[in-house]
Amino acid sequence: MTEPRTLYDKIWDEHVVNEQEDGTCLLYIDRHLVHEVTSPQAFEGLRDAGRSVRHPQRTLAVVDHNVPTTPDRKEGIKNEESRIQVEALARNAAEFGVEYFHEADVRQGIVHIVGPEQGFTLPGTTIVCGDSHTSTHGAFGALAHGIGTSEVEHVLATQTLIQKKARNMLVRVDNAAPEGVTAKDIILAIIGEIGTAGGTGHVIEYGGQAITDLSMEGRMTVCNMTIEGGARAGLIAPDDKAFDYLKNRPMAPKGDHWEKAVEHWRTLQTDEGAQFDRTVVLDAQHLPPIVSWGSSPEDVVSVTGHVPNPDEIEDETKRASKWRALDYMGLDAGTKITDIEIDRVFIGSCTNGRIEDLRAAAAILRGHRVSERVNAMVVPGSGLVKTQAEQEGLHKVFIDAGFEWREPGCSMCLAMNDDRLKPGERCASTSNRNFEGRQGYRGRTHLVSPAMAAAAAVAGRFVDIRDW
Amino acid sequence: MSGWTRHTGKAVALDLESVDTDQLLTARFMTTPRAEGYGRYLLYDLRYNSAEQPVPDFPLNRVPDASVLVARRNFGGGSSREAAVYALVDFGIRTVIAPSFGDIFASNAVNNGLLPARVDEAEIDALIDELRGDAAHVTVELEHGEIEIGSRKLAFTLDTAWRQKLINGWDDIDLTGHHHPAIARYRARRAKAQPWAFPAGKAAG
Repeated sequence: MTEPRTLYDKIWDEHVVNEQEDGTCLLYIDRHLVHEVTSPQAFEGLRDAGRSVRHPQRTLAVVDHNVPTTPDRKEGIKNEESRIQVEALARNAAEFGVEYFHEADVRQGIVHIVGPEQGFTLPGTTIVCGDSHTSTHGAFGALAHGIGTSEVEHVLATQTLIQKKARNMLVRVDNAAPEGVTAKDIILAIIGEIGTAGGTGHVIEYGGQAITDLSMEGRMTVCNMTIEGGARAGLIAPDDKAFDYLKNRPMAPKGDHWEKAVEHWRTLQTDEGAQFDRTVVLDAQHLPPIVSWGSSPEDVVSVTGHVPNPDEIEDETKRASKWRALDYMGLDAGTKITDIEIDRVFIGSCTNGRIEDLRAAAAILRGHRVSERVNAMVVPGSGLVKTQAEQEGLHKVFIDAGFEWREPGCSMCLAMNDDRLKPGERCASTSNRNFEGRQGYRGRTHLVSPAMAAAAAVAGRFVDIRDW
Repeated sequence: MSGWTRHTGKAVALDLESVDTDQLLTARFMTTPRAEGYGRYLLYDLRYNSAEQPVPDFPLNRVPDASVLVARRNFGGGSSREAAVYALVDFGIRTVIAPSFGDIFASNAVNNGLLPARVDEAEIDALIDELRGDAAHVTVELEHGEIEIGSRKLAFTLDTAWRQKLINGWDDIDLTGHHHPAIARYRARRAKAQPWAFPAGKAAG
């Protein structure tokens, strides 16, 4: 009898090429996603050393981080530094034989939306990208995590990564989530519970009814923000929902290969009796829609709640840091969340830029107008999401309500392009990080679900969508 | 990357927890080519005010020649951007001392010769209280895992493989080159057992 193993153990074991005495492993990488911002130096390194890309067909390149999202981008990128970076990726992809989606290609979008859409993401595979939200792909039962540029170069050159095994952590969310409580609320509640460093050194497996109930889009939202809880990778055991999502996708296995793949994927479950180093359990029944109030994704509260008083925190360092967050956010302790007025709304990002997210937001907006005080935008996660939404007429709902309907990209999630907050502006955002300055210098970010963002756009302040 | 075993310089404390990589290097600077240097962008929105003037009492403005940074827990969480490490290294920082680090940041640091030295939290608390915003003389002994800072002697923890890498300044790609036969064997075995694991066909719209 072999020892019972977790899902992480199984995928890890299957990819170890070599293990040294100190536990340092050479891990085989099945899939590598590349974007324009964290790759230029890696390609330059290869070129300088006369190296090639080991397996170009296992690599997929797409521009997303700094491309403009305005309709005029078809006429060329005006910002010179961005244009140089985008052109460098095009050149590098051509030179090293890597498939590349440019900004006018309908398949272009945020790497973590493109991978699953194309069937590039598969259960049981190892996936890396020079981006921390690579954890998204864990929704399919892939071991996927972000890496730095030196590691990007290493994977390009060798198709392997030097790694030590992380510890196993289980986050179980029991029972069904109530109406109006989405994947975003679930993951924000988890991060609120474990803290932004709670998963450091671990790989998280998500389980429980509230997780298995989720669509693939919802599972991607949960796994996406795993890094906000400190863990590099999050995993959900793949099931028929995952297989149905991937079947017939362009880069997914076909015919006999598909059947064999599914047979293997069905074994990707944590064995009964497998040990986790840490287990956290939440009850979905009592979860509310959630709004972040501070400058860390762990700063979360129910939409029915109030901005907390940091003086109630015992830990001195934590207390000081939360006072600082309140000051940055321009909020007083005790303020009702539903009394907080907003200036901007951003719907998009690799967290909530998929078709289901746009449907959820549009459902709230039908027959309503965006508040006069609010400037609101939707940035679909990919060209295919945008096309799908337009076929469903969702773009009309957004435009009629007063939203801007943009071209796909990372946009105001990280404010590398011109999509950014002005100092002091307050934004209801479906993205993943409310860090100081993340959405623009001195901008103030509140993380919410797409439905909550849409409702806030109409009301000009946060509202409980359960009362909508 | 060249290796090192001992570093002597000036330390300064940044009395903040969870200094994320967006703080260390804001996204708007990430289109800058590395050759131009990232040091001037390190912690930019904390070091400079909205009029782009240096904030006089910010620790790195008080001690611009600091080479060791002391900070509170969860240093370098968030984005995987290695540019955050470039900013520290280009500024002249060789070691960051903190109770804990973001996982991706720590690997990126080691890949650039920057030591992420983990020190017990109570000792960091006492050290930050003692230093306040002033500079202190510091010596880092990589081999022995020791830091002498002001009047204190601190032990730090670091993965043994990372220690060796920092000392030797190894190039990982060269090292992995020795395993090419093993990688090829792995690939052949896997291709036979799981042919579906190789991308099928071209992407499509």
